[in-house]
Amino acid sequence: MAGSTVRAGFPSPAEDWSQERLDLTKLLVPHPACTFLVKSGGLSMKDAGIDDGDLLVVDRYMKAQHRSIVVAVVDDDFTVKYLYRRNGRVRLQAANPTFPDIIPHDGQTIEVWGVVTACIKRFVKV
Amino acid sequence: MFALVDGNNFYVSCERAFRPALVGRPVVVLSNNDGCAIARSNEAKDLGIKMGAPYFQIKHLEYTSDLVALSANFALYGDMSERMMSLAAGLGPEQEIYSIDESFIGLQGVRDVTRRAWAIRERIARGVGIPCGIGIGPTKTLAKLANHIAKDAERKPGSYPAHLARVCNLSEMPPAELAALLQATHVGDIWGIGRRISKQLNEAGIANVWQLTQADLGTIRRRWSVVLERTVRELRGESCIALEDEPPPKQMIACTRSFGRPVEDLAPLIEAVSEYASRASEKLRRQGGVAGQVQVFAHTSPFRPGPRYSRAILVPLLRPTADTALIVRSAIKGITRIYEPGYQLIKAGVILLDISDRAIVQEELDLGDDGKDRSALYGALDKLNQRYGKGTVHVASTGIDSDSARWGMKQERRTPRYTTNIDDIPIARC
Repeated sequence: MAGSTVRAGFPSPAEDWSQERLDLTKLLVPHPACTFLVKSGGLSMKDAGIDDGDLLVVDRYMKAQHRSIVVAVVDDDFTVKYLYRRNGRVRLQAANPTFPDIIPHDGQTIEVWGVVTACIKRFVKV
Repeated sequence: MFALVDGNNFYVSCERAFRPALVGRPVVVLSNNDGCAIARSNEAKDLGIKMGAPYFQIKHLEYTSDLVALSANFALYGDMSERMMSLAAGLGPEQEIYSIDESFIGLQGVRDVTRRAWAIRERIARGVGIPCGIGIGPTKTLAKLANHIAKDAERKPGSYPAHLARVCNLSEMPPAELAALLQATHVGDIWGIGRRISKQLNEAGIANVWQLTQADLGTIRRRWSVVLERTVRELRGESCIALEDEPPPKQMIACTRSFGRPVEDLAPLIEAVSEYASRASEKLRRQGGVAGQVQVFAHTSPFRPGPRYSRAILVPLLRPTADTALIVRSAIKGITRIYEPGYQLIKAGVILLDISDRAIVQEELDLGDDGKDRSALYGALDKLNQRYGKGTVHVASTGIDSDSARWGMKQERRTPRYTTNIDDIPIARC
């Protein structure tokens, strides 16, 4: 039913037939060639709605902004955090007060691997 | 005008995209059948590891030089290839997928080619995580040479001018600069010139590519072949090799075609894919090889309006084979799996991967004289396996996969199927 506009006169019962069915992939994935699925492990992003074991949709083509949720590479490991980028300072922030910020020390770089564009919670295993 | 886009040390780059810890370390990927290095990181090349080096000969480097040796993860490479190819297609109106990691792009009507190539390269590097080299030239042979220059200029500083690293366009170069590049390139580095011919050319006083372009065409044709003459013409800038018309690469065999008109239904698609698969099998038998994996892909045009579709799938063969029937069956399985109605597909193809030498298989069988037809033996094996179940009898060196019983090595050293299996996706710490 999404996307049908209200018009004068009777709606055509066939209107839906000419529409293409909504496709989750197309809605969630603007860059399919650059999109990867990653599994969340841990609770540091709990207040952003990401629980342990959730599926994350990660777009590697999208450019990360200040406050993007990103998959970053820290010490050769993938970690999911808010990207903080202000006044030339870069750090990674958790969405859980019990986790400290990750501030790169001298010589350490924070590399953004991709931007988390969606989080999927599965209640039924398909 | 053509471009050749290829992924640097492709299999290793695929592994590194999901394992940042492998960046900067020497890494090799081993073939499934015989444990030889089929891909090497630059660091591994610098250790002196040669293409095809047997694992047992380099094993000690794991302890002395931090070498990481991985079993081939073709499910991952096939998927990453398809991602890379679909982005590379944005460079020009035509694409020919030449192997799992390289594709030629026809550049007719494309303006601002060099800048666009840089943009595509950046898109593939950021979006897929694969570093690429892009070579551009007025002919396919020159595009291939430009690609070689782009890679060497980056990896071996001093071999070529540094500004040609990563993206090298030979078609917008002053003649003197081009001549200097041709002089700095050995004839053996040219597409289609193997070790034997390169040696003969050297003996005839032709060592570098510039000398080859100056050679008399008639002499080349008489002393060598029409094929070499064609190569020389191409190096002079005269295009003789169209897209989809060249000798297959050794390590994989691709058979792809653009359809005359867009195809939407599964039936004609199956027909086309079957034909490509049987043609690829013939090529495979001609070069005396067997394949372990079949990759099938299909896509819509990136330049036409309408919904976009581009998918590929990798179907492992039960055992390495050159048998047309088995390969076709796997290809059909693949295309049926990825098919979705409602798309105007303009191209499909089949790529045979994980190719090894049948002769090696025979040698290790040690059943007497070489060159004997083994089809009777293989037939007997098949019969036994049919009667008593898969994997009852198999050739020791081929390591048959009955669904779960794999070589220990293959399982121990294979990274997860990060992009094709939901239970294998990477985990990120939250």
